[in-house]
Amino acid sequence: MIPDRSRIVENLLPIAVALGIATVVGDLLILSFGEAPATVYRLLVEGTWGNAYGIGQVLYKATTLTFTGLAFAVAGRAGLFNVGAESQLAMGGFAAGIVGLLLPAGVPALIAMLLCLMAAAAGGAAVAAVPGVLRARFGASEVIVTIMLNFVVLALLNWLVSAKIHVAETLHTPPINTGTVPRLADMFDAFHGSAANWTLLVAMAVALMSWWFLFRTRGGYELRAVGLQPDAAEYGGVNVKRVLWTSMCLSGALAGMGGVNFVLGYKGYYEEGFAGGAGFLGIAVALMGRNHPLGILLAALLFATLSQGGLAVNALVPKQLTDILTAVVILSVATAVPEVQRQIRAAAASALATLNRPTAALSVERDA
Amino acid sequence: MNAFAFLLQTIRISIPYLLAAAGGVMSERVGVIALGLEGLMLSGAFGAAMGSYYGGSPWMGLLGALVAGLLMTSVLAVATLRFRANQVVVGVALNLLVVAVTRFFLRLVFDSASNSPRVPGFGGEGAANAMLASFANPVVWIGLFALPMLGWLLYQTPFGLRARAVGEKPEAATTLGIAVGPLRLKGLLLSGALASLGGAYLALDQHQFTDGMTAGRGFIALAAVIFGRWEPMRVAVACVLFAGAETLQIQLQGAQLVPSQFVEMIPYVLTIVALAGVVGRSVAPSALGKSE
Repeated sequence: MIPDRSRIVENLLPIAVALGIATVVGDLLILSFGEAPATVYRLLVEGTWGNAYGIGQVLYKATTLTFTGLAFAVAGRAGLFNVGAESQLAMGGFAAGIVGLLLPAGVPALIAMLLCLMAAAAGGAAVAAVPGVLRARFGASEVIVTIMLNFVVLALLNWLVSAKIHVAETLHTPPINTGTVPRLADMFDAFHGSAANWTLLVAMAVALMSWWFLFRTRGGYELRAVGLQPDAAEYGGVNVKRVLWTSMCLSGALAGMGGVNFVLGYKGYYEEGFAGGAGFLGIAVALMGRNHPLGILLAALLFATLSQGGLAVNALVPKQLTDILTAVVILSVATAVPEVQRQIRAAAASALATLNRPTAALSVERDA
Repeated sequence: MNAFAFLLQTIRISIPYLLAAAGGVMSERVGVIALGLEGLMLSGAFGAAMGSYYGGSPWMGLLGALVAGLLMTSVLAVATLRFRANQVVVGVALNLLVVAVTRFFLRLVFDSASNSPRVPGFGGEGAANAMLASFANPVVWIGLFALPMLGWLLYQTPFGLRARAVGEKPEAATTLGIAVGPLRLKGLLLSGALASLGGAYLALDQHQFTDGMTAGRGFIALAAVIFGRWEPMRVAVACVLFAGAETLQIQLQGAQLVPSQFVEMIPYVLTIVALAGVVGRSVAPSALGKSE
């Protein structure tokens, strides 16, 4: 039984360490460009959280990242690595764009939105079903299959759009007839020009539902049991294979729904390359959010801020500064988490040893 | 296009694959997932351009590639070996890091968003037969011999025996007195050196670094490693096969028999099929990806 205090340390210390390392690296990079770190950081904050447009852009980016972060986290809770959120997101967006295109203009907006959202989820789930089933049926590594499938699916979408259904001279499909999600700017003038739209409410609702599913339902319990200890879960009566492929599909559905943010909320059509790395950033979001839906909402805001912040500081330093910081944060969190866990375990073991010295000494030796 | 020219072009295209795939085999055989190949190649390409530009010679370019590649490999090694961070996450992060870092330094060093200035390569231009002259490049020969040499290293030397033991059964290796950590480090460093040479070949062959110039070749190499079932000679065949498909695609560009996107898919689809075990199963080294 882990005491509560060490659980807080376990979750927050790696994040603090990562942000500290990122700040140092950021300072060095800014200095290498001959700029003052304080000036650049101020610009970064002002360009993101300093005005309504910046906030809107952060919210827009955070919406997609919430979906891909949840996708990685749900698979992660089942002990699976879904490195394919990038292509699942793209397929989700494509499916939403096609359904929006096929629906006649007369269909009520709300129904059209729901249909497009379902199509996006189905598109993402279909892509994720391949690694899910191959893993459950043949034990094929889902890491490799999802990575390889990224290339296959993106090439397939590229062919479909460039050779079959695109508006001449562009790499996007014709605009959807119905189902456009209204933007925040329609209601609040201050957000004018930003892509933020009400898909963000869907993202928050989906995060809440993911939390409910993972921690309050039998299915979620089985999913986590398989992730923690598949053999024990099997012994406890869980159909491990079924849980493996269904959680992969669920993960893909979550990533796919993220496509709605761009297709229905921003452009109104599917465009080549719209995912733009948001699928891979989902790994960062899930890692930073400690695979917890509520943590993911916060982490999505952080990485969205970094992403938008790059554009804000581009006048002084290359915008890749924040991309570097993002990668540094991922590496640091990934590195700090196992280390902090080890330290906590060691501390707990030595505390136990001092409590009942004669017997505990043996068990500590055995553990070491 | 005669068969000889076709063969030469296939070999040229296969060189970066052969080098990166050799790195991939080495890394995975000691138990570390080679997801970072793409990043290692790209860092090697950038290091090669830097070295060749400032050193004024392609040999300095090779040195630069090794320095950059090994620097990135150290990040990988510290995170996965010392701190036992998750190899998948670290691999993905490394790729993101290198893309961002090379773009940042492209602006810092060469004040360009897309490419470096022209740098010295190993010749080849102005020769009567440019295709043949490109074989004066030593990296071509390193590439051609990398996988056969690796096969010899893995199966004929004490180091190879230990490396395979560490990749298959680290506990058993430990019992025999093999230090798992240092051996994995050696394997990783060799892997990083090979992959960065693969990137260096690209930069020196094109006489410049361009943003994202590896264009997924690290992942094709990874596909070759898996499709070749982690056996150096099979992997070499896979690399040449993938390169051959690419050459065919370039040659048939005008004919438009098959859309180029479908040719691009070949390595990845074959790898997925191999993993599913439809024709002879691909089975990974058993300690692959396990940090403890």
